[in-house]
Amino acid sequence: MNVRQSTNGASVIVVGGGVTGLSTAWWLARSGIDVMVIEKGIVGWGASGRNGGGATHQHSPLFAEEQQLWPQMEELLGYPTEYRPKRVRLAISEQQMQEAKPGFDRMLRQGFPAEWLDAKQIRDLVPLAAEHVVGGVYFERGGHANPQRTVQAYAWAVQDLGGRILQHTRVMGFERRADSVTAVRTTAGDFSCDQLVVAAGPQTGLLSRLLGTEVPVAPARADMIVTEPLPLMPIGGVDGNSLYGRQTLRGNLAYGGGPHEWLRVSNSSEGQRPSSPLALNIAKRLSEIFPKARHIRIIRSWAGIVENTPDGRPVIDRLPTAINAVFATMSSVGFGLSPASGRAICELVMQGKCSFADLSDFRLSRFGNLSPSWREELGWIPPESEGNHASAA
Amino acid sequence: MKDQGYYRKEHGACSVQKTWSLQLVTLADTRSTYGKSLEIREHAQLLVVGAGPAGLAAALEAVRRGLRVVLVDEHPVDYATMATDVPFHFGQRMSGAVRNRGRMLERIVEADSQFAQAFEAGIDIRLGIAAWGLFTHEAGLRWVRTRIAGLTNGEEVWFLQYDAAILATGRRDVGLAFPGWNLPGVMGVTAADTLLRRYDALEARDLLVVGSGAEATAFAMQAQKSSRLIVALVEAGDTTVDQNGSQRLAAAGVPIFTKSMIASANGGTEGLQSATIVALGNSSEKRSVACDTVVLASGVTSAIELLDVAGAKIVFCPERGGHVPATDAEGRTSVPMLFAAGDCTGITPDKSRDPQVAADEGCRAASAAAAALSINAGRNWSVPTATPSTTSEIALADRIAWANAQLAVADQGTHVCQCEEVSATDLIGVRPPRYLERNQPATCARSLATLAADGPINQDQIKRLTRAGMGVCQGRRCREQIGAILAAVTRTPLTEIPLPTYRAPVRPLPLSAFAATEEAAVLAENWDVWFGIESQFEEPLPKRFR
Ligand SMILES: Cc1cc2nc3c(=O)[nH]c(=O)nc-3n(C[C@H](O)[C@H](O)[C@H](O)COP(=O)(O)OP(=O)(O)OC[C@H]3O[C@@H](n4cnc5c(N)ncnc54)[C@H](O)[C@@H]3O)c2cc1C
Ligand SMILES: Cc1cc2nc3c(=O)[nH]c(=O)nc-3n(C[C@H](O)[C@H](O)[C@H](O)COP(=O)(O)OP(=O)(O)OC[C@H]3O[C@@H](n4cnc5c(N)ncnc54)[C@H](O)[C@@H]3O)c2cc1C
Repeated sequence: MNVRQSTNGASVIVVGGGVTGLSTAWWLARSGIDVMVIEKGIVGWGASGRNGGGATHQHSPLFAEEQQLWPQMEELLGYPTEYRPKRVRLAISEQQMQEAKPGFDRMLRQGFPAEWLDAKQIRDLVPLAAEHVVGGVYFERGGHANPQRTVQAYAWAVQDLGGRILQHTRVMGFERRADSVTAVRTTAGDFSCDQLVVAAGPQTGLLSRLLGTEVPVAPARADMIVTEPLPLMPIGGVDGNSLYGRQTLRGNLAYGGGPHEWLRVSNSSEGQRPSSPLALNIAKRLSEIFPKARHIRIIRSWAGIVENTPDGRPVIDRLPTAINAVFATMSSVGFGLSPASGRAICELVMQGKCSFADLSDFRLSRFGNLSPSWREELGWIPPESEGNHASAA
Repeated sequence: MKDQGYYRKEHGACSVQKTWSLQLVTLADTRSTYGKSLEIREHAQLLVVGAGPAGLAAALEAVRRGLRVVLVDEHPVDYATMATDVPFHFGQRMSGAVRNRGRMLERIVEADSQFAQAFEAGIDIRLGIAAWGLFTHEAGLRWVRTRIAGLTNGEEVWFLQYDAAILATGRRDVGLAFPGWNLPGVMGVTAADTLLRRYDALEARDLLVVGSGAEATAFAMQAQKSSRLIVALVEAGDTTVDQNGSQRLAAAGVPIFTKSMIASANGGTEGLQSATIVALGNSSEKRSVACDTVVLASGVTSAIELLDVAGAKIVFCPERGGHVPATDAEGRTSVPMLFAAGDCTGITPDKSRDPQVAADEGCRAASAAAAALSINAGRNWSVPTATPSTTSEIALADRIAWANAQLAVADQGTHVCQCEEVSATDLIGVRPPRYLERNQPATCARSLATLAADGPINQDQIKRLTRAGMGVCQGRRCREQIGAILAAVTRTPLTEIPLPTYRAPVRPLPLSAFAATEEAAVLAENWDVWFGIESQFEEPLPKRFR
């Protein structure tokens, strides 16, 4: 691949300035490739800057690499990520203990340590935990980081390596010659490229369609809340009571969980409104696991939009209809895996395959027989559409 | 995690089967918001938020027109909340009397004769109740079928459904950082005015007023009438803003310093003892004045947080004091059946002098709401376009002048954001917060200037990086001054800095208030930690199945 620097193009163009696209660009830039990221807003303005910051995805073939990389990321990038290792999942009922078992087994099967903890051990690690906590699991591997800081760290590190980031620029289409993409059409003009990476989150499906293949994704909205700061607990990554979240290094409790809302595909950037009444339900559940924090105040809520493939697993693959284009969606679980997903995509672009993990599960061809109405068939449908219930008193 | 029922897999494989019959369509994802509902405790035909002149007038006009009205106002606010400078910058200048909430409730009702009328008219008045969120059926919230308001008394939270709402949420102060502004005794003019007139609980004798606009002069005169001493007025601009008012104060013997800035507030744990005033452009010209309170009246802004959370279109309108909802002459916002009236639609000098202006707006909004309810206008709501929006910076030039003045007196320990301890230097250097390594070479090479080179300045992005505005006062004391500093330093017009988003809850609410909330069974039964897609968290497929 050529290393070249031209103002109206780049050797590799990455569409999407979320963690997936930025990590990819960073790995490419580290390999000396001339790379340009095109982002319609500000880096991390999508799910990448609005998520739970969790990095405990033992189900993924990328997990081992992710865990290897996270502790080094801050140094490699040169900017803080607030990464902290370790994870606890606590249970406040016997049933929740049972529910923790599959994740526990998975961790062991993947060859990473996992331990059952009793109530006292949980309270030592998580002093805020309720008196009625039953027990839980402890993962040595896994952890959490600050999404907003991490996104900016990737972006700045890309620039430090000579990569370019074009914000406030929307990709509108592509130019092709035969089976290859030759240029990207944007609101700021055309940019030529030798290779293309698209990691546009919920918009990945629409963009793939422009190239003759559909990466099937359905966009949905998910909510989180955050409290004022509290003294730091020995372990900040604490899930439980069907909530996921973390105590930030500043001390805030940031938590999410509960129902998502499927959005219309035609306009998958809709539904960004940050606040929803679900803040109430998340807070209620949080008060159940941390009753000692009852005086602590909720100060904000927010929402992000993520996309899911029909089986909820990533797609990282070349498009059959555009051989120099790699499309990537992490299917709603992409923050924690981002150090590894970017590396895998970079290798796919440069070498045609990933050297450190088996990505065959992420092939697009698994959806070859997908019914056109797969979203409806899965029941992934927006609540009753605009029939204006709101006017009924 | 429960099975979605119809989502079948083979050997953990995740191929979606194309053989599904369309009958399965009826099975919506149980883990989604589809078909979910909320516990709604009560209903109001018209909800009015805010019982100032605008809200009271609106409620009275609405009952006159036959509507059933619920009027909520968060005052009296409890002592602990006031101590965190919510909802106003009280600067610990509330007297102990505020702890007696029952007495304060009486006091607030006595302070405005309209309350008596409103009670008589049968309005359901709820004092000490804050609205923390407003939600309607829209993209992303399609499961919310009606219009609802989240309410709280500090001990509980609940939802009220309304057919129409008028927001009359008033105004809030704009903070101004200088050395010592974190001392007890430095407060905002809205807080001071509220404690003086509504609570009769302002614990201050000798006050220095910063600013010379209508709110500064009106407050100073009000305070003098209540036997407080105004020791001086300080104005950063070349001339006073409200010249008539300032002349009257000068005639009454109040020293007025223009082209000046408060350089520091001095004192200790006992509180404020003096303030130092410096001439801008001549830092050797300093004088110290004895005072126990500094009242910041250098800026006020409309309280638009509920409007923003509700999704109302917000515009930047310098002649109305900054960000305000787009409204038409009758207070219609861009959200169906949502109206706004009074100071929350914009602040002009006449409004600060005469409450009748706000009251008139309230009346107009109430008549429009009554008309809209009678024809069920929610269906064909047209977005108001009438908001005059000049690009002129003149009306808010003083905000930039104050920003420059504060930059002139700031030192490294002057925290613009008190909650998160972020200084102007931290903002300009886009420095990470204190708990992180701040001196990495790469980090140090980044600044507002490098961010500005990458794209337009965005306050929310700077908040993410520095934490400025992320604290427990919810950015009340720092939001506008950060915007002004960013504008001043990067020479960006204020109009071009997008409004940082407001989020629910618009008041900090303790977890304990949520503990006892009722939850619809359908929500509770289907609650899952993530999407509930079974194949999502399975291990890689064993080779033989691929
Ligand atoms: C509330 C919530 C909590 C979550 N919690 C976790 C968690 O704890 N752990 C975890 O690992 N994951 C979590 N996730 C998921 C995670 O955030 C996402 O999977 C991940 O951020 C996806 O990153 P991405 O870069 O692939 O996509 P995105 O972040 O969606 O980025 C895509 C970018 O592409 C840009 N774009 C789109 N179209 C165009 C176009 N036409 N032109 C130019 N640019 C375009 C968008 O503006 C966007 O910035 C959570 C998500 C949410 C919403
Ligand atoms: C220094 C000064 C002196 C003044 N002197 C007088 C005077 O003597 N007499 C007079 O009548 N007016 C006086 N005014 C007020 C001025 O005329 C205002 O323009 C007028 O009060 C505006 O009325 P409003 O109803 O729009 O807002 P406000 O009077 O500010 O009322 C808004 C109300 O909404 C409540 N509120 C806001 N958000 C929420 C929420 N989320 N939940 C629940 N409640 C909420 C607030 O607590 C507040 O009570 C003075 C103003 C100033 C600055």
